Parts: sequence; C-alpha cells; structure tokens
Amino acid sequence: MMNPVPAASLEDQIDQWRGYLRRRQAIHAVDVAELEDHLRDQIGGLVEAGLAEDEAFLVAVKRMGDLDALSREFAREHSDRLWKQLVVGPETAGELRGRAATDAMIACGLAVAAALFIKLPAAFGVRWGEDDGFYARNLGFFVLPLLTGYFLWKRRLAGRTAGWLAAGFVVAGVFANVYPFTRGGHLEVLTALHLPIALWLAVGIAYAGGRWSEVNGRMDFIRFSGELFIYFVLIALGGGVLTGFMAMIFRAIGIDVEPFLVQWLVPCGAMGGVVIASWLVEAKQSVIENMAPVLTRLFTPLFTAVLIVFLATMLWTGRGIDIQRDVLIGFDLLLVVVLGLMLYSISARDPRAPAGFFDVLQVVLLASALLADVIALWAIAARISEFGFTPNRVAALGENIILLVNLAWSAVLYLRFLRGRGTFARLERWQTDYLPVYAVWAAIVVIAFPPVFGFI
Amino acid sequence: MDINKDLMAASSTPIVLAILAEGDSYGYAIIKRVRELSGGSMEWTDGMLYPVLHRLERLGHVEARWEVAETGRRRKYYRITAGGRTQLAEERKQWQAVDATLRGLWPALPAAIPNLLTQGA
Repeated sequence: MMNPVPAASLEDQIDQWRGYLRRRQAIHAVDVAELEDHLRDQIGGLVEAGLAEDEAFLVAVKRMGDLDALSREFAREHSDRLWKQLVVGPETAGELRGRAATDAMIACGLAVAAALFIKLPAAFGVRWGEDDGFYARNLGFFVLPLLTGYFLWKRRLAGRTAGWLAAGFVVAGVFANVYPFTRGGHLEVLTALHLPIALWLAVGIAYAGGRWSEVNGRMDFIRFSGELFIYFVLIALGGGVLTGFMAMIFRAIGIDVEPFLVQWLVPCGAMGGVVIASWLVEAKQSVIENMAPVLTRLFTPLFTAVLIVFLATMLWTGRGIDIQRDVLIGFDLLLVVVLGLMLYSISARDPRAPAGFFDVLQVVLLASALLADVIALWAIAARISEFGFTPNRVAALGENIILLVNLAWSAVLYLRFLRGRGTFARLERWQTDYLPVYAVWAAIVVIAFPPVFGFI
Repeated sequence: MDINKDLMAASSTPIVLAILAEGDSYGYAIIKRVRELSGGSMEWTDGMLYPVLHRLERLGHVEARWEVAETGRRRKYYRITAGGRTQLAEERKQWQAVDATLRGLWPALPAAIPNLLTQGA
C-alpha cells in the first residue's frame, strides 16, 4: 500500500466511464460488462508496458473509440433496443431539441393538412355521408401521401425514391377512380379494404428511409406499424369520449351539434389522428413505449389455450365446421391475429437469446392455428363449387393461402430454431422478406379483380 | 499506413472468424492478434469490434459464453460454429478472387506508382 490514492482513483474513473456507457440506451448492462473487461485488460497491458495507471486509463478509453460512434454502432446492430431513434444521427442536446420542435411543428401542420384534405371533395360537391363509395375508395389518399412525405422529409430521402413513391400513389389513385364500380358493390368494398394495405408499403419504404433492403429496417417498420395502431386506437377512444361529451353538453342547452360532429370532427379528427399518432410513435413518448410486445405476451397464451380447446372439442364431439358464407373471412382474421402475435413477439425478442418457454408456446400457437385453418379450408374446398367463385371468396381464399404459407414456413423455421438447427435471424428475415407479398396481393385485388369480375 | 474504413469493415468478418477458427477467444485478445498479424497497420477502434461480434452471434456464425477468466473477472468468450466455418470458407473464396485479380495487375503498373512496402517506407 505504497500509493493508495491513484489506485482508488482508477476505480473511480472506471466507475465514471461505466456510468457514461450505462446512459446509452443502445448499450445494455451485459455489453457494458464486456467492454469493461476489455478496458481493464487494456489498462493492465499498458501498465505492464510501463505507463502510469491514469495514463493507461486515458489511452485505453481513447482506443475504445468515440462513445457516440460506439453507441450508434450498437444501436445499428441491436436496433430492437432503440429502434425509434435509430435513424437520428449524432447530435448535441441543443440540436436535438431544435429538431424535435421543428418535427412537432411539421407533424401538426401535416395533421391539419390531412384534416383539410378530407374536406376538399366536399368543396367540389362530393359530400361526406352522401357518396360513401368515393370516400371509402379514397380514404388512404387523404392521409398516406402526407405521412409518406413526412418520413421522406424526416429521413432526408433522395429524390428518386420520392419520385417512385409519388408515381405509385398517382397510379393507385387512377385505379381507384377510373373503374365503373357498382355503387356499394362487392368490388368497391374490396378495393376500399385492399388499397390501404398496398399503399402502406409506400409508407414503409419512406419510413425505412433507405434501410428497406435491410432486415432491421423492415423490422423497425413492423414495430412502428404496431405502435401506431395502438396509439391510434387510444386517440380514437379519447376522441369518442370527447364527441360524446360534446353532444351531451350542447344538447343540454338545446343545440344539436351532431351535423358538425359527423361532417367535421369525426372525419377530420380521424385523418389528423393518423399523422399525430405517427409523430407520437416517432417522438418516443415513453409513457406507453413498446406496447405491442406487452400485449403479445399477454394474449399469446390465451389464444393458444382457446385454439387448443377448440381443436380438442372438435375432435371430442366430432363436429365439422358449419360452412357459413363468411366463415373463410373469420379464419382469415384468426390467422392475421396469430401472425400479429408472432410478429410482435419476434420484434421485441433478442435474436441472440436461447430458446425459452415462450418460444415453445409460440410454436404451439402456430401449429394449432394452422391445424384449425386447414380443417376450415378442407371443409370449404369440398363445397366451393356449390357456392361459386365470387370476388369476395376468391380474395378471402387468396389471403388465406398467403397467410397459411407464411405461418407454415414460420413454424418450420421456429421448430428448427428450437432444435438448435437454425438461428432466430432466419425467422426474422423470412417475416420481413414476406412484407411485400401482402402489398402485391392487395394491389392485384385492386387492379385485376374489378375487370375480371365485371365491376359488380 | 491508414487502411480505409470500407475495407476495414468488409474485412472484419473474415478476420474475426479466422481468428476464432484458431481457437475460442475474447474481444481484447482478438484485437491484440489483429494488431500483431498486421504489424500495427490495422488499427481497429477497440469498441467497434463488439457490434461485429454481436452481429456474427445473431447470424449464428459464432456462439458466446461467459466464463470466469484467470484474472477473476467474468469474460465473454466466443466460439466459431459450423455455420461460421462455412461462412469463413465462402469469404475466403471471395477474398482470394479479389487478391488474385489484384496480383495480376500489380506487375503491369508503371514504375511511376511507387510501392511503399518494398521501399521500406
């Protein structure tokens, strides 16, 4: 104990350095431990080479590299930890605040623009509540181009991508409006349902901001979509409460505000709400951060239990599926829910973690959903000629097959992962590679179905 | 001599995998080995190695485990997997193709372009 002071101060310095690292959200405690071990080895080596401890510390820290750059590298590799700020570059606190304020202003401006856009047709005599078909077919166009524009601006995307996306919107707009649809017919409804799915791909490409070709980029978009959905539902619930109270208090003084609510508040609020929700997800309001994975954890066991009991009951009682007209759509929705449960548990999972109980549960859920769907498909296939190939049924069948293929291969990849024959990254890649398939099918329904089925 | 960033990034995967193919190792030792092999011309920023290792782990090319080292501290060791060996063989083929191409070109260069290495610069 010749010189106790520097020794203590080295530990202090390392403590401080560890503290700096811990504040970086992208670098987790285990990584800090790994880096610290490295730092101590380095210091040890340098001291052996003749440096004083404090000098050795400085050199070792310098060799470790710039902390901002390091934490950005970690964020890039572990994008699940920090997906929201990923696209943001290096910044000082001041710049960051300035950017956040600009961002908020732009988002509010776009929300107002979306609210105005939906009232624009009314100025040309197409009133909300009268020509429902027009609004249903074009609902996506009032807000999605603005949202795409917002992300193009935010990610500073090059002009070429922007040009392609704009061209996509224009082409979609043409197809949605030139066909002579029967008012309120099946094909108009199908177009209204499928067009937003196809257009959502454009939003995704803008959102990913040049990282669309990377698995992590597309996975971030999946995360964003899930959070956006939750934020939007919450905003809609709040809006519902507001509307209810507004109607009630104005009725109390004898004024009927219902026309205003129907004509203005609901459509404008819904359109603006989409933009605001997107901005909120981006601005990372930590209050309900990453809600989708939490819901997934909650509902995966419940859905699994229900499906297993369903299959067991069917087996026990020997009941076949009663083929009603809409049963296929019901099973489509079931597969969508199962896909969602899997997608959002994947999106929050550390791909390097070993297989655990929840993974087994996930495979059981997949297998039981697939089994139930195959039984339903079997029952429908036997009677499809009797029902005839209506556009609704073909669309539902196509979606069922797309989801079935996705889930079946996911189950295979998941099983391989559980048995240690494959990596979890394979499953991630499969899911993110599959994204365009949904959009392409939706585009086929919008573009090819109306002429094929005669615009009924 | 400074090797440019892109080249460093591209070569990090085969270098790390090849070092791990010699035997299990950990971050600090890997960096030291790279420094030795390159005679100091490949100076990696130490911290940057770890995201690379984590990426290889995610892709299943390496496996990690924590052990207590002889220093008494916990240390994360990496081991190359069968998949990693396949990847390494693939990378080796690619780098050999690049190397062979360049080797064919070097002798044909006019004398005006100096060869710093043989001049002992």
